[in-house]
Amino acid sequence: MSADPTQLAFEWDCRILSDNGCGFPAPGLHSFLFKPIATVGGFEFNKVMLLALITTVLVVGFFWAAFGKAKVVPGKLQMIGEAGYDFVRRGIVYETLGKREGEKYVPLMVSLFFFIWIMNVWSVIPVAQFPVASIIAYPIVLAAVVYVTWVALTFKKHGFVGFFKNVTGYDKSLGAVLPLVMVIEFFSNLLVRPFTHAVRLFANMFAGHLMLVMFTVASWYLLNSWMIPAAGVSFIMTMVMILFELFVQAVQAYVFVLLACSYVQGALAEHH
Amino acid sequence: MIANLVQLAAEEEQNPLVPPGPELLVGTIAFAIVFFFFWKKLLPNINKVLEERRAAIEGGIEEAEAMKVEAQSVLEQYKAQLAEARHEAARLRQEAQEQGAALIAEMRAEGQRQREEIVAAGHAQIEADRKAAASALRQDVGKLATELAGKLVGESLEDHARQSRVIDRFLDELEEKAEAAR
Repeated sequence: MSADPTQLAFEWDCRILSDNGCGFPAPGLHSFLFKPIATVGGFEFNKVMLLALITTVLVVGFFWAAFGKAKVVPGKLQMIGEAGYDFVRRGIVYETLGKREGEKYVPLMVSLFFFIWIMNVWSVIPVAQFPVASIIAYPIVLAAVVYVTWVALTFKKHGFVGFFKNVTGYDKSLGAVLPLVMVIEFFSNLLVRPFTHAVRLFANMFAGHLMLVMFTVASWYLLNSWMIPAAGVSFIMTMVMILFELFVQAVQAYVFVLLACSYVQGALAEHH
Repeated sequence: MIANLVQLAAEEEQNPLVPPGPELLVGTIAFAIVFFFFWKKLLPNINKVLEERRAAIEGGIEEAEAMKVEAQSVLEQYKAQLAEARHEAARLRQEAQEQGAALIAEMRAEGQRQREEIVAAGHAQIEADRKAAASALRQDVGKLATELAGKLVGESLEDHARQSRVIDRFLDELEEKAEAAR
């Protein structure tokens, strides 16, 4: 048995062509279950929670080191921090909301981006090897923050009636189809959108982790007699998937924040 | 095997789309901390510095602009001065040339005048000398004539040949005198 049976959850001595009669220990939902590391008063603290908290420490720690004593002439760390900050601020927020309207939402978007990104990057960090966002609770929290911001903003901007006009895409010129459009828009904006917002991030990380585990486990499982070349192929695929995941992790953080900005933009948009 | 059974049991309970409560709590706290630090401390910090930097850069640009304008004006001033100096130098040269030419002409005229004076003085001297010589000669000629006449009287004047001999002798004497005088 491995040191952490709940993560990989397969028998170490289970190999292809061996005659102990076991099959390929495919990863599944059990790959996303963790035994608690510690239990404090009935509260089970597990590895993913630890990773989430380390993410917080890392993000705050890095930016504290970079911006804590920010100077007009930046040091190396500050320069890197500024590059990341500028990427989110200019590349995402200003692009979608504009400089004047967007400035207020920069802290939220910057926090979202770096928090999500580092949560995702755990996927390929040795020992951690688990994307925090593949546990749906974390994307849900973040999507909820954006959702609440969006709803509150829409109410504040348009009032009660304006809110419903905004979320239902009310437009008199549509005529007879208007009720249908309104129902669809209502469900789409208020119910489906927060769900997809969270699930998009969750599912990408979930699937990515499954793929990584599958190729990793297969590399071991195939490592026997004449199947060894196949193990090699599987190992190369693991490497390829790691590179691909690095890309997807950043893209998903980017997409999440971009969507958050576009929701805020929808809330701020004048009704027409 | 027992571990597998435990996993199976757990899987039946688990739906990946149903969030576990404790995770929601931890996620909220984790994100809230990140957001709080960014919102209250880190981004205001960096924004202040970025603003300072922007101001510094803009100040620098303005300063550079002012210096450029100044340099331009100084250059123009310098160019004007240079042109003026050139003009002045040309004028001075022209003046000097003119003065020099006048001086040369004057000198030439003076030289001419002096030459003419000297020549005139020479001529006057020669004339005076000639006159003196002529008067001296006239006296000598009278004396010689008297001498000659005395000699002629002293000698017999019978024959022509004798006469001519005397005259020749006289002339030879005269020549000898002239020779000696030289």
